[in-house]
Amino acid sequence: MAALLDVSDVTLRYKTSSAVVTATERVSFTVDRSDRFVLLGPSGCGKSTLLKAVGGYMKPSEGKMRISGREISEPGADRMMIFQEFDQLLPWKTVLENVMFPLLMTRKLPRKEAEMRARAYIEKVSLTRVVDAYPHTLSGGMKQRVAIARGMAMEPDILLMDEPFAALDALTRRTCQDELLQLWAETKFTVLFVTHSIAEAIKIGNRILLLSPHPGRVKAEVIDVDRVSGEDGSAARLEKQIHDLLFADAVTAH
Amino acid sequence: MGEARILLRDAAELTAAAPAEVERKLTVLELLWNDGFVRKAVIIIFLAAAWETYGTILNNPLLFPTFHDTIVTMFDKVRDGTIPLRAWASLKVLFMGYAAGIALAAIFTILAISTRIGTDFLETITAMFNPLPAIALLPLALIWFGLGNGSLVFVLIHSVLWPVALNTHSGFKSVSNTLRMVGRNYGLRGLPYVFRVLIPAAFASILTGLKIGWAFAWRTLIAAELVFGVSSGQGGLGWFIFENRNLLDIPAVFAGLLTVIVIGLIVENLIFRTIERNTVQKWGTQS
Repeated sequence: MAALLDVSDVTLRYKTSSAVVTATERVSFTVDRSDRFVLLGPSGCGKSTLLKAVGGYMKPSEGKMRISGREISEPGADRMMIFQEFDQLLPWKTVLENVMFPLLMTRKLPRKEAEMRARAYIEKVSLTRVVDAYPHTLSGGMKQRVAIARGMAMEPDILLMDEPFAALDALTRRTCQDELLQLWAETKFTVLFVTHSIAEAIKIGNRILLLSPHPGRVKAEVIDVDRVSGEDGSAARLEKQIHDLLFADAVTAH
Repeated sequence: MGEARILLRDAAELTAAAPAEVERKLTVLELLWNDGFVRKAVIIIFLAAAWETYGTILNNPLLFPTFHDTIVTMFDKVRDGTIPLRAWASLKVLFMGYAAGIALAAIFTILAISTRIGTDFLETITAMFNPLPAIALLPLALIWFGLGNGSLVFVLIHSVLWPVALNTHSGFKSVSNTLRMVGRNYGLRGLPYVFRVLIPAAFASILTGLKIGWAFAWRTLIAAELVFGVSSGQGGLGWFIFENRNLLDIPAVFAGLLTVIVIGLIVENLIFRTIERNTVQKWGTQS
């Protein structure tokens, strides 16, 4: 079976006011259906830029990116983005309207069915209580769950998550991570997840791509991440290994 | 190595103690005072009382009629249909100018957000014309459009266009990058993108622009009518004020001024407040 997402030899460059910065250099990886694929690296490794490129917001200078065989050229609802920022919800729409919005805008479903599906996904993230509330009345964690419901309701080829839990407090973050895994167990969606937290990567992912900074290059890929567990200490060992791998250069360089 | 211990509080002890006051209902007076409308009404009553006192002490209706005289004259003029007619004449012109100004502002800002040169154009032209008082264009407008509503509409457009365009544009610019990316994620582009994402997201600024535009337009109109008011048969409120000054009917002048103020208050406190309550306040995006 061909990979769902195929990123091959992608170099990404962006312009600042004074220079052209290379964010990633010749990065390749593939994501299969139902993968929980994590891009992990320290800041400056271009992981967010890479995710934005998969989202279609920027074009690679070199290399190719394909989703289900189609080349990625612009943003599209087959790749739903979930951002870190809480302001990703449309403040002028209620929770229900927010989840329905992409379904209606892309004419994926007529209004009635869109509402039914939206309600079903809001139920999945257990926010039925606030279905008619406006986003500014919700807590940060609730906003992120609405964003996840909105992304999932579209049933896209792949969900692109850009550190969605990074701005949450530690307790809420853990709850959200558990909930995401629970949702995955129910629907087996495909997700490309960006994080700078090694623990989060191990908890969320079944595969992890390790990136090194300046410019971002692939350092290693960790597979079968879902076989480790917190109980026997294997997760902690993996965390230590990844940590040593990512920061080995940094230590010798100083 | 020791172990931490958790000391549970006695449950009986927690429930037995009488709860302190958790919630207290506000008194009627406190509730009333929390209503901005009530507070403002009190201020207005206070000002009217001060006016009445000063007018009575001065006792010179030609210079400063009392509040009572003004209200009586106003009632008379409203009953005989003069003020409503004049106010309607003013408002009709105002709506034309306001609508045309907003339409032009919309075109300018949509051009400005779609191209960089459009942005530069809008920024340059608003910087040039925004400081120019609309009244200063009136002599020119009279030559171009003659004595009539054409000239009034022209100066009104001038007074509405720039503040609305400026605020709308700065509102669009301050729409967060995340929201823009969200909109594009759903394949929105062009006008649907503007109407579905940018305008609601920038609505707080747009509303501010509309409010400023309205205030500018209203005062420009009254001033312009004072200059050459009588056009196409009947003048507006500005002309009413001017006429009555010539007749030395000062209470009527005051009544005219009061009408201008009252209409301004109604638009600001009823129309714009209602829009605000149902949009930016409900959405929590008030700037």
